Amino acid sequence: MTGIYAENSEGVFKKAVLEAASYASQISGGNVTAVCVGMPKDGEAEKLAKYGVNKLIVVEGLNAFDALNYGRAVAANLQNVKNLIIANTYEGKAIAPRIAVLQAASLATNVVELPNTTNGFSIKRGVFSGKGFAHVQLSRENKVIAITPNSIELKENPVSINIEKTTVSSPENLTQITGINKAAGKIPLTEAEVVVSAGRGMKGPENWGMVEELAQILGGATACSKPVSDMDWRPHSEHVGQTGITIKPNLYIAIGISGAIQHLAGVSSSKVIVVINKDPEAPFFKAADYGIVGDAFEVLPQLIAAAKAAKN
Amino acid sequence: MKILVCMSVVPDTTTKITFTDNNTKFNTAGVQFIINPYDELSLTKALDITEKNGGTVTVATVGLAEADAVIRKALAIGANDAIRINAEPLDGQYVAEQLAYVINEGGYDMVLTGRESIDYNGGQVCGLLGALLKWPSINVCTKMEVIDGKAHFERDIDGGRETVTSILPVVASAQKDLCEPRIPNMKGIMAARTKPLNIVAPIAIDSFGQYSTFENPIAKQAVRLFDAQNAAQLIEVLKNEAKVI
Ligand SMILES: Cc1cc2nc3c(=O)[nH]c(=O)nc-3n(C[C@H](O)[C@H](O)[C@H](O)COP(=O)(O)OP(=O)(O)OC[C@H]3O[C@@H](n4cnc5c(N)ncnc54)[C@H](O)[C@@H]3O)c2cc1C
Ligand SMILES: Nc1ncnc2c1ncn2[C@@H]1O[C@H](COP(=O)(O)O)[C@@H](O)[C@H]1O
Repeated sequence: MTGIYAENSEGVFKKAVLEAASYASQISGGNVTAVCVGMPKDGEAEKLAKYGVNKLIVVEGLNAFDALNYGRAVAANLQNVKNLIIANTYEGKAIAPRIAVLQAASLATNVVELPNTTNGFSIKRGVFSGKGFAHVQLSRENKVIAITPNSIELKENPVSINIEKTTVSSPENLTQITGINKAAGKIPLTEAEVVVSAGRGMKGPENWGMVEELAQILGGATACSKPVSDMDWRPHSEHVGQTGITIKPNLYIAIGISGAIQHLAGVSSSKVIVVINKDPEAPFFKAADYGIVGDAFEVLPQLIAAAKAAKN
Repeated sequence: MKILVCMSVVPDTTTKITFTDNNTKFNTAGVQFIINPYDELSLTKALDITEKNGGTVTVATVGLAEADAVIRKALAIGANDAIRINAEPLDGQYVAEQLAYVINEGGYDMVLTGRESIDYNGGQVCGLLGALLKWPSINVCTKMEVIDGKAHFERDIDGGRETVTSILPVVASAQKDLCEPRIPNMKGIMAARTKPLNIVAPIAIDSFGQYSTFENPIAKQAVRLFDAQNAAQLIEVLKNEAKVI
């Protein structure tokens, strides 16, 4: 049997969870059980069913996220599951290892493809911060597999879904969340399909209006290079690269970023890379699909106007 | 407070990654090894915490003798002593089992790891240790503080940040932004020479998996350039050819 952990944000399943469902249904050929904590909103269970989940176990009695109790609840409700698929988000990464220990499973994180099962069970995962991939043969019978968001194509496999409820009676509350600060309405960087990113070439934080506008028109998120967040032009949560966040959007637009090896490490898996830089020798052009050699302050207004027109 | 800092030894961030032996091994020729950048942060934070609350900081690494030079650097930064579990770090699960054994023996109040190692990028060890030790685990922390026997953290969550309080013992992982890493000074480097570096034998563990082959990302074709005066053409191509917007 195959299972997924269906992380939800206020009762809504994100795309990364649907990708986990799609992965699970493709490797199992049917019979995917999902576990989520807290009742999903109306219509959300059907989203899972569209990608092959035929049973949803809703766990009640737990408070806000806590790796220890959530991990135990998922493991307890998926005891017969051999392959458990999890989205490799912060929450997924927090509980995947805990479940792997409880199920004596092999654990693989940053997985980017469906497994190769011709000879055992081999997965492909990202290593060396975007500079390489490894194929790993997982030896345990039970497996916990955390997949990188935007790696697995969504494949519909509509089924009907049964919902069961269960309650955790006495969670061990060793930790307590004392405050949450979410940037409301913003697309998390790791899940955005379009990312508009800018570097020191933008000269100062006052010029980010154009970057944000382009991102907003394209329905994407904004990111930046390390010096930009170090100088507090932008929040640290936007810093991508080897020491920042690793992302894999369909489209990465880099404006006024030179393309240092540490920056490329975090973004080079993007499907399409566009570079805008006034220096034709900027190393980023070697990693780009499309480019414009030009001044960002001239090019951006044109891109914004054209993107607006294209989206209408 | 007894704090254990788990330290991974990794290739310098500027390393060009290549593979040898039919792509079955990472090519270490000419590679400079460093303290995993996130572990530099957790080490610095552990020192801050023991300076405020009293206590000691031990650094633990699963690795072979080549790791010793990097471990000395951690001692020079300020750790009191170090443990090297003398084994090849096969994968995150193997490493965590070894560390958990040492932690159970040592009786620590707090164990710190990095958010991930920049070579194998598992991001696993913090959660694995939490589960193996039956402690809470708090990952990707941007703040850590111990006050009156309780640990307080700020951590990244998808789309924001939250603050969490935990009992001790606890295991937590360091995210960028936690602090500025300390660098060793001359006095520290001298002192490090005589600080204890205890080498212990690994325990036997059943295999979790086996790395078979590696590959580099597929190299991009030559970039297609558009005229700066006609940026609109780029949008047209992104929409109708590449189909990404
Ligand atoms: C251990 C370590 C880890 C690191 N980790 C990261 C990381 O995770 N992420 C990261 O990003 N960096 C990281 N770095 C830093 C990295 O080496 C580079 O210094 C950094 O990426 C450069 O940022 P930048 O491209 O914004 O700035 P610069 O290198 O200053 O480049 C600015 C670019 O903008 C162009 N430009 C200037 N004006 C204009 C204009 N008007 N229009 C168009 N283009 C213009 C310039 O031609 C230049 O190419 C790390 C470094 C180290 C040592
Ligand atoms: N060989 C090792 N020895 C000691 N600690 C390690 C080792 N490998 C990883 N770690 C710790 O686990 C963290 C996360 O590593 P990983 O799960 O491999 O991404 C690192 O930042 C270290 O704190």
